[in-house]
Amino acid sequence: MWTIVRKDLAIELRTGEMASSMFLLALLIILVFAFTLEPERLVAPEFLAGLSWTTLLVAGTLALNRSFVLEREAGGLTGLALAPIDRGSIYLGKALGNFFLLLVAGLVLLPLIAILLGTRGLAPTWLLPLVLLLGVAGIAAIGTLCAAIASRTRAREVLLPILMFPLLAPLLIAATRTTAGALVGESAADLQSWLLMLGGFDIVFATAGWLSFDVLLEE
Amino acid sequence: MSESRRTWQDVILPWATCVSMLAAILMVFLLVPSERDQGIVQRIFYFHVNLAWMAFGGFALVAGTSAWFLRTGSRRADRLAHANAEVGMLYTTLVLITGPIWARPIWGVWWTWDPRLTMTVVLWAIYAAYLMLRRLGGDDDTILRYAAVLGIVGSLDIPLLILAVRLWRGVHPAVMLSEDPDAGLKDPMMGWTMMVSALALGLLFTWLVSLRARLLAVDETVAAMHLEGAR
Repeated sequence: MWTIVRKDLAIELRTGEMASSMFLLALLIILVFAFTLEPERLVAPEFLAGLSWTTLLVAGTLALNRSFVLEREAGGLTGLALAPIDRGSIYLGKALGNFFLLLVAGLVLLPLIAILLGTRGLAPTWLLPLVLLLGVAGIAAIGTLCAAIASRTRAREVLLPILMFPLLAPLLIAATRTTAGALVGESAADLQSWLLMLGGFDIVFATAGWLSFDVLLEE
Repeated sequence: MSESRRTWQDVILPWATCVSMLAAILMVFLLVPSERDQGIVQRIFYFHVNLAWMAFGGFALVAGTSAWFLRTGSRRADRLAHANAEVGMLYTTLVLITGPIWARPIWGVWWTWDPRLTMTVVLWAIYAAYLMLRRLGGDDDTILRYAAVLGIVGSLDIPLLILAVRLWRGVHPAVMLSEDPDAGLKDPMMGWTMMVSALALGLLFTWLVSLRARLLAVDETVAAMHLEGAR
């Protein structure tokens, strides 16, 4: 499992393809927000949270799409499926790779959005990284599963967001709410039920993905 | 495979559906009294609420038949999952159409992000994604397993979704109360109309699913014949 993570991250580190295109796309999305939404009006932290997750989701879709396309093109998935390892581990490896990529993207994006769409009166707490971690984990869990499903079809680039966005609805609601809360310094107790929901979402779908890869990779 | 002889489904289901649907329409439009506060618009509930329940039930059936398919590999289970998703999508769409027709005069808006509305529209999107996967998946047999996995994962999303939208929007008790048809319904005729409508829409659901499932079976047979012919 760690081998897969290492392999995926090594490809990424060496080429930097994904990270650079994700970064560029994210930056352009922020620009679009700035042009269309009149930055002066975006003073509420709720906006900032919503825009951050929207940007991260769209940019992340790009990375998730690639994660299985590369394998399919090179026949790597067949190789992985034939390897004497538990298929669930392939899922976990893939999901972890995506998770790290998304996490780095989030860590770069969040301050960038805060600066560019500048909001005053922010008081970020230590909850913010935790929220980012939990939210990104959910996107990676669902996204990896959906990417595996979508990669089998003709229109995979289109299908991935179609499959993924509705399933992510509860996560996005929770992530945006907690991010907004963490940005203005709400305490963990205030956000408790939301944080539990985020964690629950991650666990449910990571388990679902882990179990279903047994079925998905049977060729 | 497909059967040429007439089964009970061909005879009983269409007739029962037609009779109960006519009865339901008759009751909704002519027999049942209007609710005092909301007036005539309220009558749409007899269909709207039942459609919503069945759309949700259809989702559970998709998950159940998907699990059955993964367990046994039965093509019949796969066809049932597919047919259920299609009819469930149809019902969800009707819910989303009948809802605003009622909401506009009563709430004053076509749409609001109330928990139930939000949930229904996300449910609709999940159904749409499932059917899109089936359409774009091609004839490959592995896609059936992929669709089954999605059918089950989609149903896992529902409880989380319910939780999220409730926390997000809170419950609007006043709205909920007026949305609950039993609350303002004192006339026993209203209860009966509700039940007959449920029966009619339930029969229609079953009939449509059985027709679609049979059509899918015929499709599979035809595809198999083409393969034979090509050989």
